[in-house]
Amino acid sequence: MIGAVTILLAVTALVLAAWCGHAAYRDQPTKDWHFIGMAVVSVLGLVQLAVGIVQLARGEKPDQGTAIFVAYLLGAGLAVPIGAFMSLAERTRWGSATVSAAAVVLAVLEVRLFDIWGGTGG
Amino acid sequence: MAETTSGTGRDDAAGQPAPGRRLALGQGPGRLLVMLYGVFTVAAASRSIYQLIAQYEKAPLAYSLSAVSAAVYAFITLSLVRGGEGARKAALVCCTAELLGVLTVGTWALLDASAFPDQTVWSYYGAPYLFIPILLPVTGLLWLRRARTDS
Repeated sequence: MIGAVTILLAVTALVLAAWCGHAAYRDQPTKDWHFIGMAVVSVLGLVQLAVGIVQLARGEKPDQGTAIFVAYLLGAGLAVPIGAFMSLAERTRWGSATVSAAAVVLAVLEVRLFDIWGGTGG
Repeated sequence: MAETTSGTGRDDAAGQPAPGRRLALGQGPGRLLVMLYGVFTVAAASRSIYQLIAQYEKAPLAYSLSAVSAAVYAFITLSLVRGGEGARKAALVCCTAELLGVLTVGTWALLDASAFPDQTVWSYYGAPYLFIPILLPVTGLLWLRRARTDS
């Protein structure tokens, strides 16, 4: 379960990164549609956090330790919302670039989360 | 950008930002830098805190250096957010220190691998972190240089 959510989040994060990167390339700030995209990714992050906590509560153990797993879960949940708020304050192409970078960070965190949990298990 | 570095002394009125308005370092491209420095502050700090507590004996030098890098990242992030000429100079010093740190630690870890049984954020010149640790100070220095001449 956590493996599937992780893969889904990594893919959607990369799509969001490409989309906002395209906006930055065209010298445009983030628009309403971008924020809807960020909201979707953020909600997925919350879903992942919930699934992760439920699996820990069931007594399953991540391969590389519970503390690291929870830290990465929290970081993954916060990356895109923080980027979104920064792009609200920065109504230029650089706001779009910031969201794009935040989404890339999220994708990297998801790859690490996948390793930390221990592959597809769970 | 074309302005020569001589003659931009702080005493000439033209080089000063308008009164009551700080030189903005965390806007435009600076906003992206704030985000990336913020990420690396959190990453390096949480990593070093965890490792210093959980496995200090394994590689004390590497973990201590990670803690130092976290402090440098935190200071630069705050300077960029705060803005102003003083913060710009402080951030210039820190970005230079950061660049030297990446180059020194990267080379040191290559030459004497036994000193580093575990990696730091700056090992292999930041390759495990997509080379961002070595690209970030260079970008930061360029931005801080430009922020002065643009004001």
